[in-house]
Amino acid sequence: MDVAQLKRQLIAFTELLYREGFLDEQFNQLQQLQDENNPNFVAEVVTLFFEDAERILNELANNLDQQSVDFKKVDAHVHQLKGSSSSIGAQRIQRVCIIFRTVCNEKNVEGCLKCLQQLKHEYALMKSKLETLFNLEQQILAAGGPPSI
Amino acid sequence: MEAESQFHVLAVDDSIIDRKLVEKLLKNSSYQVTTVDSGSKALEFLGFREHEEGEEEEEARSSSDSPSVSPNCHQEVEVNLIITDYCMPGMTGYDLLKKIKESSSLRNIPVVIMSSQNVPSRISRCLEEGAEEFFLKPLKLSDVNRLRPHMMRTKLMHPNQQEEGGEVVDNKHEIQQRNHHHQEEQPGNNSSISSNKRKAMEEGLSVSPDRTRTGPRYSGVTTVII
Repeated sequence: MDVAQLKRQLIAFTELLYREGFLDEQFNQLQQLQDENNPNFVAEVVTLFFEDAERILNELANNLDQQSVDFKKVDAHVHQLKGSSSSIGAQRIQRVCIIFRTVCNEKNVEGCLKCLQQLKHEYALMKSKLETLFNLEQQILAAGGPPSI
Repeated sequence: MEAESQFHVLAVDDSIIDRKLVEKLLKNSSYQVTTVDSGSKALEFLGFREHEEGEEEEEARSSSDSPSVSPNCHQEVEVNLIITDYCMPGMTGYDLLKKIKESSSLRNIPVVIMSSQNVPSRISRCLEEGAEEFFLKPLKLSDVNRLRPHMMRTKLMHPNQQEEGGEVVDNKHEIQQRNHHHQEEQPGNNSSISSNKRKAMEEGLSVSPDRTRTGPRYSGVTTVII
């Protein structure tokens, strides 16, 4: 595949991600921050996000597995995830976090478990899509062109 | 040009992602950045020592109540602005703000608060406690652009005076910044500074957290305080 084709693919894919709410304007802000001083900035931030999110999802599973759920802890974790997803523009994840917090406030364990499931699902989707995105960018770089976005 | 890159910002946030973001935003604006993940680490970095505050000079001179101008600086490094997250475990950004404003050696460092939550009462509380700005997260370049005047103002506030916090001055401090650049900036720049503040500084008296500002300072936030 030539560079031009790859670039078109990248643009189309990115537009799709925005349209489907996987990404919002904040992701674009991140890309604007990337420069030659730090050409892997976006990838680095996203990697940090993945690590952080996975840690939080594990903690949440743990918290909700207890005999007596500590809703404060659950809320604190969700709040953290909401913050970091907002910081990278992971809109769908952020939205689930908002619902999660409401449900948590109501001390509804079932509801929390459902939200956790949804979070895991959204996270998996997001991770896969971003990996595809970065993959495309790498291919473009390898084919000799700078990433167009 | 060199003077611009001399501003050093201390960023405090428990989220590693937000630290990275803030750091990049600040570096892109040519600031020197140090990031820490908690209020207590921030205080440590600033050389804050609770027991030493008010010792030495101040006890010798006046009653410990009145924060007099002390030539002695407890700062390890010069920090021109502190930007901190509000919600942090342990010491919140608000707690940190209070400690800084209560410290004779640190109170002149401008402090800016960030929060993911738009809570009017929180915002006004922070501003009342002396925060210069309150930004909603995620932080934008336009927010960072609002920082420079605050840092400039503190540089200009202490022309040839030894002030606590050891901002610009000259040779008397071991602070490693290149201060001679800042003296060049002084003359023409007064127009951008509130003259009230300048007068208060010139009288060389004890500085309480700044109350001479007029008008809203947090126009970065579109919320209305009811």
